[in-house]
Amino acid sequence: MTQAQYQNGPDSNGLFGQFGGRYVAETLMPLILDLSREYEAAKHDPAFAAELAYFQRDYVGRPSPLYFAQRLTEHCGGAKIYLKREELNHTGAHKINNCIGQILLARRMGKQRIIAETGAGMHGVATATVAARFGLQCVIYMGSTDIERQQANVFRMKLLGAEVIPVTAGTGTLKDAMNEALRDWVTNVQSTFYLIGTVAGPHPYPAMVRDFQAVIGKETREQLQAAEGRLPDSLVACIGGGSNAMGLFHPFLNDESVEIIGVEAAGHGIDTGKHAASLNGGRPGVLHGNRTFLLQDEDGQIIDAHSISAGLDYPGIGPEHAWLHDIGRVQYTSVTDHEALAAFHQCCRLEGIIPALESAHALAEVFKRAPTLPGDHLMVVNLSGRGDKDMQTVMHHLDLAKQETH
Amino acid sequence: MSRLHTRFNELKAHNRAALVTFVTSGDPDYDTSLAILKGLPDAGADVIELGMPFTDPMADGPAIQLANIRALAAKQTLAKTLQMVRDFRVGNATTPLVLMGYYNPIHSYGVERFIAEASEAGVDGLIVVDLPPEHNGELCDPAQAAGLDFIRLTTPTTDDNRLPTVLTGSSGFVYYVSVAGVTGAGAATAEHVSDALARLRRHTDLPISVGFGIRTPEQAAAIARLAEGVVVGSALVDQIAKANHPGEAVEGVLGLCRQLAEGVRKARVSAG
Repeated sequence: MTQAQYQNGPDSNGLFGQFGGRYVAETLMPLILDLSREYEAAKHDPAFAAELAYFQRDYVGRPSPLYFAQRLTEHCGGAKIYLKREELNHTGAHKINNCIGQILLARRMGKQRIIAETGAGMHGVATATVAARFGLQCVIYMGSTDIERQQANVFRMKLLGAEVIPVTAGTGTLKDAMNEALRDWVTNVQSTFYLIGTVAGPHPYPAMVRDFQAVIGKETREQLQAAEGRLPDSLVACIGGGSNAMGLFHPFLNDESVEIIGVEAAGHGIDTGKHAASLNGGRPGVLHGNRTFLLQDEDGQIIDAHSISAGLDYPGIGPEHAWLHDIGRVQYTSVTDHEALAAFHQCCRLEGIIPALESAHALAEVFKRAPTLPGDHLMVVNLSGRGDKDMQTVMHHLDLAKQETH
Repeated sequence: MSRLHTRFNELKAHNRAALVTFVTSGDPDYDTSLAILKGLPDAGADVIELGMPFTDPMADGPAIQLANIRALAAKQTLAKTLQMVRDFRVGNATTPLVLMGYYNPIHSYGVERFIAEASEAGVDGLIVVDLPPEHNGELCDPAQAAGLDFIRLTTPTTDDNRLPTVLTGSSGFVYYVSVAGVTGAGAATAEHVSDALARLRRHTDLPISVGFGIRTPEQAAAIARLAEGVVVGSALVDQIAKANHPGEAVEGVLGLCRQLAEGVRKARVSAG
């Protein structure tokens, strides 16, 4: 092969290599096939593109800046570090990029009711936001553990008019919320649009969410071209389901000079078993509509993920990431809760930016990697969300740290 | 000739519907679950569906979710479920038994190994909720090649365009999910079921069993007048949930099974 072909997936069955597919109950199949057709039509409709571009610009606030992080760069003493400022988007994270796209599709399909799952609450807030904007009924499923640690976001969703339904099954985190959202969808399939927040689930969701998030990478490409006159040397992003990472990575996949690094959440450490690193600590299986890498025991039962960051607390990963891992195009590494917290504090003090704990995982990788690289190495990090939602969690950990030193 | 085929033919000759019962294997524990399984044929179950527990039963309502949690807490595994079928077959050679569940535990066990061991154990068919016909190559085709029936779910959303796709490769019987929803949700009207069956029969000669939301002997009788099979799951599983001790669980399930069987057996007589 002379020209790399990493951007062509998935095939018509929604497969990226052996990953992806449509593993769902029959009740949902006709609707999922319908969604595939509608999305294909919308993708080729200039009116849809124009409407999407309008809302991206005037409602979300795109393009988001590509910011040269001078102090971070000086501190690391190596690679030249740029931050893609997705945390400056309306609602404070990259999630809104996908929500705007899907809500326009839902409207096109005549759906009156929107449901979504949420972990940290950022996708829930973004969904509640666009549902409010278009006057649609909105129901958000959220694990009870996550509700506890993300109360501010729960309140935001309610302010925006969404109903937030706590899910107590399992460990009350993102996986359980997704099960419950799927149950709702199966029950209300004709009236309801399921607005999935990440590049996972049955086809066409992984490809569709990627396409809506790819604006991140497309802008980055143009912005870095303007600033430096060339492509980046490396890209770094955190991965739960993997939508912010896929959005940044996808437009660069065929540029083989660009090193691409995805950062999973290692929680307490991969060897402790308390982590959320599906690629580094899991194996292939089938859950939530797709074949991908999963945290599972020897009997194929799903193991609960652990991460300090609710947004990464998921035992699976988008199937395109599983494929990119399998073929070796993207390198997937992991950082622990502790490393992410340290990076969180460094980013606050060095750049005056409070990052989401999710994004702090990507920053932790930057702190490891950048110092070893030359000054002309251009590194772009996706600052996927802001950290306001994480104040409670960070305060709790500061208290714990204080107690340990006394 | 498969046990399912034989059983549905026998019942057709007797002009009555099959009572198809669902319980989750290992719920609330292996021994109690096996006692229930062994008692079901004498309590009037014509076909047995045995659930393979999974941590994330996305198409199930609260009753069967809890059954899965109880079984997994009691350390039920897929290997033990296959062992339970072997134990059941020691005393029963005729009642058809279908394993029902989700794909991942089978995927993890290894499809080839699972099919070989299930056939050897005396399993007659499989229902795998999250494997639509688009993925037939993975399990449905090799299972049928090994002589296992593959039972498809059809639903109110499966329209005429899609039915041939769904029915291709179906064998044993067709399971009509009468309401769009999770297991244990509200029941469909007799009129809806009647219309749906007429539509399905234009596409298949296989016996059709109707499930979802059927809880009482009266409801079972109403469906038994229309379909070749009546599936009851959540109502039986609820008997295990509310039992105070294993003996009560066994008697609760079998007692309800007897009542349902009576409803099913009288249905066409009283109607005709």
